[in-house]
Amino acid sequence: MARMTMVEAIRDAHDVAMARDDRVIVFGEDVGYFGGVFRCTAGLQKKYGKSRCFDTPISESGIVGTAIGMAAYGLRPCVEMQFADYMYPAYDQIVSEAARLRYRSAGEFTCPIVVRMPTGGGIFGGQTHSQSPEALFTHVAGLKTVVPSNPRDAKGLLLAAIDDPDPVIFLEPKRLYNGQFDGHYDKPIVSWKKSELSEVDEGYAPIPLGRAKLRREGRDVTILAYGTMVHVALAAVADSGIDGEVIDLRTLMPLDIDMITASVRKTGRCVVVHEATLTSGFGAELVALVQQECFWHLEAPVARVAGWDTPYPHAQEWHYFPGPPRIAKALQAVMEA
Amino acid sequence: MAARKNTKKPNIKPNIAADELKKYYREMLLIRRFEEKAGQLYGMGLIGGFCHLYIGQEAVVVGLEAAAEEGDKRITSYRDHGHMLASGMDPNGVMAELTGREGGYSKGKGGSMHMFSREKHFYGGHGIVGAQVPIGAGLAFADRYKENGRVTFTYFGDGASNQGQVFETFNMASLWQLPVVFVIENNQYAMGTSQSRSTSTPELYTRGKPFGIPGEQVDGMDVLAVKEAGEKAVAHCRSGKGPYVLEIMTYRYRGHSMSDPAKYRTREEVQKIREERDPIEHVRTLLLEGKHASEEDLKAIDKEIKQVVNDAAEFSKDSPEPALEELWTDIYAEAAPQNA
Repeated sequence: MARMTMVEAIRDAHDVAMARDDRVIVFGEDVGYFGGVFRCTAGLQKKYGKSRCFDTPISESGIVGTAIGMAAYGLRPCVEMQFADYMYPAYDQIVSEAARLRYRSAGEFTCPIVVRMPTGGGIFGGQTHSQSPEALFTHVAGLKTVVPSNPRDAKGLLLAAIDDPDPVIFLEPKRLYNGQFDGHYDKPIVSWKKSELSEVDEGYAPIPLGRAKLRREGRDVTILAYGTMVHVALAAVADSGIDGEVIDLRTLMPLDIDMITASVRKTGRCVVVHEATLTSGFGAELVALVQQECFWHLEAPVARVAGWDTPYPHAQEWHYFPGPPRIAKALQAVMEA
Repeated sequence: MAARKNTKKPNIKPNIAADELKKYYREMLLIRRFEEKAGQLYGMGLIGGFCHLYIGQEAVVVGLEAAAEEGDKRITSYRDHGHMLASGMDPNGVMAELTGREGGYSKGKGGSMHMFSREKHFYGGHGIVGAQVPIGAGLAFADRYKENGRVTFTYFGDGASNQGQVFETFNMASLWQLPVVFVIENNQYAMGTSQSRSTSTPELYTRGKPFGIPGEQVDGMDVLAVKEAGEKAVAHCRSGKGPYVLEIMTYRYRGHSMSDPAKYRTREEVQKIREERDPIEHVRTLLLEGKHASEEDLKAIDKEIKQVVNDAAEFSKDSPEPALEELWTDIYAEAAPQNA
């Protein structure tokens, strides 16, 4: 079993998928010759040729639109938006076309595409290179939304996403690409190779969509997180000394509601964390579901820790980012409620 | 630009057989009568929501279908009934989709703007102006990838040709030499906005030029001219030379949709084109003056079409409403989470 960074794991997933199925084609801005701005597709064009891994113009709508046409006629396109923040011109295609093709044709045509995009902050990218737009996708029936938090999951979930018969939005937390990050931004970066989560299964080993992963068992409070915030939540638990149970959702749609309800019914408390802005974020959906499914088990109001309702700042990135102290404070408050 | 008056004497090219002309007549008439019936059913409240009629534009799809071969694909916007009928889709299934019934092509889930047929290689019916254009290029990409020699007809209107994603697609299609015919159906009005009020340069056939895509303007009221241009465009694409733009000058007689007050053009303008440029009358004249058909022959066709359309209307009324459970199907491959 090889140890990989998240970038290497994503590249490996592409490699495996392309080797086993010549319907899989990979394209996007700088994806071919250059190998992707974050290097997630490096070497694929050389190995599989320019007809299967290639560069596109800077035309996000065109990229997703052509992918939909290819998918409708039997290919399996896996495309990259260079940053999730660049997705907006393609949103029309994602929402009005990709998500709806199956329904509007009563199953006559389907749209098995994957749209990968680096998401989240932590790299001083400011408001146009740091956003977390997952709620814009989970709000749309017909889409699936995946957010891996480590190399092992990134590979397995990407393989499953490429196999999936429906359009999948695959959000890759860019701060995790090349190293572990738990929100303690002032500490040195820790290599992925030091984590067991960098042990990536060789070959074709998909991880099914729709299953969350328990990252830490605990008795006091359930913490629901995904992507980068899984690690931040674990740090907050360690810092606060509160016995938190940390669930890594991994896929937001479909959502593993069973694991969530079992945990909250056990702990009686719940804190939801995400990096995206608070209002109408995916956390609101989680809170609604938790109170609906677990109301009589709750000992305290469900709390949310999220980005502020501001544009993603540049200089004040770490004031915006919901780091371990903010989560620890929420855990404390929920325990004292 | 107003449609130019056809001052040419009707002539039949020696390579056009009488049977072929009759076929175009029949196909165009089917679209017209079908659309007239749809308008009636709408007025009776049997069709709800949006309904964009193709009346006046019949020669465009019939001419281009005559240039297509088996396996070629077509994709279009929301004014799609004509494309479906011309591609050979069942009028019953189209009409029943308009009335939102189980027997409709999309089981009532799509409505007027969203129907599909794998059998006829019809990739929809798309309700967002211009959004079908990159998808058409993607279909052509898949054809090229599979090296199957097929061509995709990607239809859009003069209004859609100002959408940004159309230009993105022109660039990509030319860059990758995709076998796609971009068909701009120029009916001169983007809903209620005339071309002169929406478009800086009216020559839409030149829109591909900056991307190295050849284009030409075609008289869309003359089915033979459309067919000829279509054949040229298809030959270009099939030979591996990349995309082609056809700007087909046409005219819709009815409003943009059923709720169009038509304040943006005069009744005289519409009437003049109906009288002088009608594409069906044009073929009718060719048939009669060329003595390829008698009045009786054409009456028989009219009668036959009337029957097909009446049957479609009956079918669309008799077909049951979709079962309530259908609300939750075809969202994902697996059962969708039901939170009702």
